[in-house]
Amino acid sequence: MIIKETYPVAADDMSVAGDVSASIKRQMKRLGIPNQIMRRVSVCTYEAEINLVIHSDGGEIDFAISEDEICVHVRDVGPGIPDLDKAMTEGFSTATSEVRNMGFGAGMGLPNMKRNADGFAITSEVGKGTDIVMTFNI
Amino acid sequence: MSEYLHSVSLDRSKCTGCTTCLKRCPTEAIRIRHNSASIIHERCIDCGECIKVCPHHAKVALTDPIDVIKGFKYAIALPAPTLYAQFQGVHKPEPIIAALLRLGFDDVFEVARAAEIVSYAISKALREQDRPKPVISSACPAVLRLIQIHFPALLDNVIDFISPMEAAAKIAKEEYARKHGVDIAEVGAFFISPCAAKMTAVKSPIGQQKSYVDGVIAIKDVYKDMRAAMHKGFDPVEIERASTVGIKWAVPGGEADALGIKSSLCVDGIENVKNVLEQIENARIRNLMYFEGLACVNGCLGGPLTVENSFVAKNRLRSVMSRTEQKSVQRTKIFETACETLRMTEEIEPNNSMQLEGTMKERIAMSERINEIEKSLPGLDCGSCGSPTCRALAWDIAHGFANELNCIFKMNARINALAAEMVTLGTSTRFNTLQDSARLREMRQELRADDDTV
Repeated sequence: MIIKETYPVAADDMSVAGDVSASIKRQMKRLGIPNQIMRRVSVCTYEAEINLVIHSDGGEIDFAISEDEICVHVRDVGPGIPDLDKAMTEGFSTATSEVRNMGFGAGMGLPNMKRNADGFAITSEVGKGTDIVMTFNI
Repeated sequence: MSEYLHSVSLDRSKCTGCTTCLKRCPTEAIRIRHNSASIIHERCIDCGECIKVCPHHAKVALTDPIDVIKGFKYAIALPAPTLYAQFQGVHKPEPIIAALLRLGFDDVFEVARAAEIVSYAISKALREQDRPKPVISSACPAVLRLIQIHFPALLDNVIDFISPMEAAAKIAKEEYARKHGVDIAEVGAFFISPCAAKMTAVKSPIGQQKSYVDGVIAIKDVYKDMRAAMHKGFDPVEIERASTVGIKWAVPGGEADALGIKSSLCVDGIENVKNVLEQIENARIRNLMYFEGLACVNGCLGGPLTVENSFVAKNRLRSVMSRTEQKSVQRTKIFETACETLRMTEEIEPNNSMQLEGTMKERIAMSERINEIEKSLPGLDCGSCGSPTCRALAWDIAHGFANELNCIFKMNARINALAAEMVTLGTSTRFNTLQDSARLREMRQELRADDDTV
């Protein structure tokens, strides 16, 4: 048995950023996912959602739960990350000062996601988009 | 925690089933069925939102009548600081305290005094290492219950001290028994309350085995008699008095102010509290030491059992405070012992009433069903079905508490379809007549059956 939901995330609209991760959290609360796990998943989905809004040209987040695992699949339609190693370094950010002034873009997003997930895989191609799969053991 | 007693309840004779309260409930604890509201008790946090919005005054808070004090040989009144802001033209606590004595109380212990003691104990405890930040105030019982239901992950952040009301009852009874050399069991302490949730907090305490408070009396229930008592003038009152440090707990931000914490955040209004707790849970608010969440707009001054408009009351309380001692004048001995004796003794447990039941597999299956049903609903969250949102209706249908035709849009579609079918039947050939009248009978029965389940 598995639940899978797909949530679209539009680029640039900061006013709704956080809605998708809130919906995902509501699902987890209803299912009674243990707090520790829920917290980590929430951090990751929130970071991913903010990334999609700030950096991407729009994308989607898949959220799936089975009996023993939660899987969060994030993908966008561009622009792609030129240097993945650099993007995975803490403190590295390409965010504009405008975004930084809003308290985002500290260069902690991707490293933070990797740290909080049990499994983390990222691929990216410039001009095509970025694809992240995160898994969490229940 | 298995048995709940709630202060907030419904006067069915006044309820018209109008759905006003339905959408205001922060825990989706209200349903309208058979033209009347009903409260899901496991979910109700006694915030009093429904009491405030009900245009028919069908939502009420059960509290104790003043006669409750007759059950004890000695009765002590515990006035909430909010009481000091209720009387027009009264800008100091003395006449109010005197009026309470006239009502039949043997003594008065200001809850504001206990608030000073609790402030001291909390500010000392905040210096303890390894406390998860932000530390969350335990003063508002409705917010505590909200955290139990919606934010169980934050329960560890809640400060483990009992509320000023509890502290006041404990200290007042001990002091009275010692001073007058009487048995403490003969001394009753009664909270004069702006708040419905305090009643529940006394009957089903959180963080303690048993409440120290022996009764909760609504401000609005004693207002008239106190007003009358005040007109008669008063003798000077000789009790140890609270300073502004304690009185300002009634105002939003007053608690954090009393604790002397710079990095604090105070939010009033239950929906606002919910939103900010969401942010705290997501770790979006950094470097915050203390969070004070108050269910009512304007804090306790906006409580459902008050008389005065909360904004007017806020102004008046400021005036009361300008005439009161600014610094705590109490003995330090109580303060020091309080750091230990006023700690909560019980863990605060999460409330799982908004979670699905069963094994993970069963929960996933159920969740899937709810999602499917929700997708088939219009998504307007109009409330006409009697559930607060389409999602809530989906939950109710999946659990067998409602059926699809509670949704007026679904009902409408169904009636249209049946009507269309009847037209077809009405114009059908004689050849089909026998068969058709059988179908018509069936349809009539179907409609009736649906009606019965609604």
